[in-house]
Amino acid sequence: MALKAEINIMSRLEILKTYKIFIGGAFPRTESGRYYTPLDKKGQPLANMCLSSRKDFRNAVVAARKAFGSWSEKTAFNRGQILYRIAEILEGRKGQFVEELVKQGSTDAKAKQEVELAIDRCVYYAGWCDKYQQVFSSVNPVASSHFNFSALEPMGVVGIIAPQTNGLIGLVSTILPVIAGGNSCIVLASENLPLCAITFAEVLATSDLTGGVVNILTGTEKELTEQFHSHMDVNAVVYAGGNKEQALAIESGADCNVKRVFVYEKDFTNAADENPYYITDLQELKTTWHPIENVGGATSTY
Amino acid sequence: MTKKNKKSETAEGSNNDLNFNGGWDYSPSPESTGHVKLKARYDLYIDGKFVAPSSKKYFQTTNPATEQVLAEVAHANEADVDKAVKAARRAYDKVWSKLSAKERGKYIYRIARLMQEKARELAVVETLDAGKTIRESRDVDVPLACNHFFYYAGWADKLEYAFPNRTVSALGVAGQIIPWNFPLLMAAWKIAPALAAGNTVVLKPAETTPLTAMLLAEIIHESGLPAGVVNILTGYGDTGAAIVNHPDINKIAFTGSTNVGKIIQKAVAGTGKKLTLELGGKSANIIFEDAPIDQAVEGIVNGIFFNQGHVCCAGSRLFVQESVAEEVIQKLKDRLDTLYVGDPLDKNTDIGAINSKEQLETIQKYIKIGKDEGASMYESSCEIPKKGYFVRPTLFTDVAQSSRIAQEEIFGPVLTIQTFRTIDEVIQKANNSPYGLAAGVWTDKGSRIFNMTSKLRAGVIWANTYNKFDPTSPFGGYKESGFGREGGLQGLGAYLKVEN
Repeated sequence: MALKAEINIMSRLEILKTYKIFIGGAFPRTESGRYYTPLDKKGQPLANMCLSSRKDFRNAVVAARKAFGSWSEKTAFNRGQILYRIAEILEGRKGQFVEELVKQGSTDAKAKQEVELAIDRCVYYAGWCDKYQQVFSSVNPVASSHFNFSALEPMGVVGIIAPQTNGLIGLVSTILPVIAGGNSCIVLASENLPLCAITFAEVLATSDLTGGVVNILTGTEKELTEQFHSHMDVNAVVYAGGNKEQALAIESGADCNVKRVFVYEKDFTNAADENPYYITDLQELKTTWHPIENVGGATSTY
Repeated sequence: MTKKNKKSETAEGSNNDLNFNGGWDYSPSPESTGHVKLKARYDLYIDGKFVAPSSKKYFQTTNPATEQVLAEVAHANEADVDKAVKAARRAYDKVWSKLSAKERGKYIYRIARLMQEKARELAVVETLDAGKTIRESRDVDVPLACNHFFYYAGWADKLEYAFPNRTVSALGVAGQIIPWNFPLLMAAWKIAPALAAGNTVVLKPAETTPLTAMLLAEIIHESGLPAGVVNILTGYGDTGAAIVNHPDINKIAFTGSTNVGKIIQKAVAGTGKKLTLELGGKSANIIFEDAPIDQAVEGIVNGIFFNQGHVCCAGSRLFVQESVAEEVIQKLKDRLDTLYVGDPLDKNTDIGAINSKEQLETIQKYIKIGKDEGASMYESSCEIPKKGYFVRPTLFTDVAQSSRIAQEEIFGPVLTIQTFRTIDEVIQKANNSPYGLAAGVWTDKGSRIFNMTSKLRAGVIWANTYNKFDPTSPFGGYKESGFGREGGLQGLGAYLKVEN
């Protein structure tokens, strides 16, 4: 990596950031010790990113499974608070994200627009946390003396392959509905535009989000796709990488444990690319039957 | 009755004395089959006509209680499937998608009514073909099947209310493959929501239980439903595969084993076909020490012995809190001895015939595995008929969590029993399964019920009850028990395109 540092005895030497990965709330480098160097539009290296391995993925699944319990049991209100907190922290670090997006080839105006959309999207999904259940659950009028209701529950550990095309908005738009619904996840960031993903991990780490709810890896889709669909402790996969071949590989490999697979052919840059159905996609529906007492022949039904 | 329990053999008394110490037997009370006229041969129902299969091949369907042949049914091949899909596509393009939603709904209502009118015939034929008790066919399967059509009929012109802020539309042609355990009911679960959502259908019933599906085809024909809207093809696995792989099908709905479900998931990958899978289970039935024990014992019996245990959501893993385990197990054994196993047509029979010879062998294999693994077996002392496929209700104690009989779906009247001390322990044990279809919880404590129901990773939870079904109540599993729901508002989603 050729660092463009003109030797000038009068100027201050800039501190460069080492981009790590995000597993279980901590920031390790990849256990493999490998790296790759994505380039900017001028062919200059962006950073030495972690080339995450199968082992990193597996570590991330363990962290996600562990975090799933406490995250899914948090009150909906509390999850909403934390998602709103993410928006607050993101707003405070807006400049850094704009800078990284520009470094990755965006224009100032476009970068600013993308970051603002990402912040607003956090607020949008924060608001849904304690509302989607009311909209999509039901009390079912069964023809017997039972109180019968169906409610949504998170699927569990979700693998997400974020869109390749936009470093921040694609990432945020695929992660937020998943965690708003109480799932935990392992996310593979855009291969060539990965900077914001790790900086976003720093936002998550300082937003009261339980460690391990979101785990972010950098690396190549080609190498890690198989891990996403073959891991037996991953309940669902969201594929937004935009590559038909990879999408097919995931769909046809998902049978090993009847994984739920969702392929989103969107880059999420449109303001309308947000809705609660992205939350309900990653929800299971549980129906509970509870008897109702009959007294003196009087039946109570709902 | 073939049933003779130990107690009744020792009960000797004069004819006029009521002997309250002895066992009581019921007199046989078989349902008449006189009003049922089965044809010798059933053809395929394609494009509103009953047609011979292009293979010219037929296979026999037998009564598993007597091993007697009931009828011959057609074996559809790829060419027949193609013909049916073309008919369904034509019907979708030309008629069904053009019809107003209100009219569509009225057809479905009409089918429901006709089924009700023929309920007795349907129940008897279901019992003859599947081996399930007449009490169950008559009181559960057939009425629920009719009600399913009634329920979804009313949705046809109200679909936009089901998915707020979305536009919904039909998918097109739905290919549906159903199992042998609830032949008519599963056909209803598949066809009714598909039609209400505006799709046309190609349905394949299971090879051992095709008859009620063919009676349903006749009912649908009688209803005047436009030709090609519903096509029913009998056949084997190859017929099902031809449906799954047909390029002009938009939706596959499958109920059956997890193994086949996985094959289908792989086959459908990348085709854009929408898929729902309702697969196997190994559901936990959990008895806490404060549960009403007698009621719970009935619940356990209903959980595992209902429909001979051929139920994907059967409560096949029993967990009893240690402090009451001895009492519950003793009561359960006593109750086992009072169950009547035998002629499915007899209204006294509790447990009918095993659906097929193949399934009988599977169950026997698992009973042997259980014994070989060192679990303690107890089976009812009842006699079972010499002819036909029957198994005594069986339970295993001293079962290890890792035991195959506690991990794998047996699909028969075989219960494994484990004990537990704490709530955390039982939650962990219950969830330690690749399946997640259903669970039961028995306790007197309301707050514990909801604690348990929210922690059990399964799609249907019964609290102080088991094996209850209703058209308004969504049914379906977590994990390897499949995905998608059948029943209720949420069951519509499986048959609709839901867009911005």
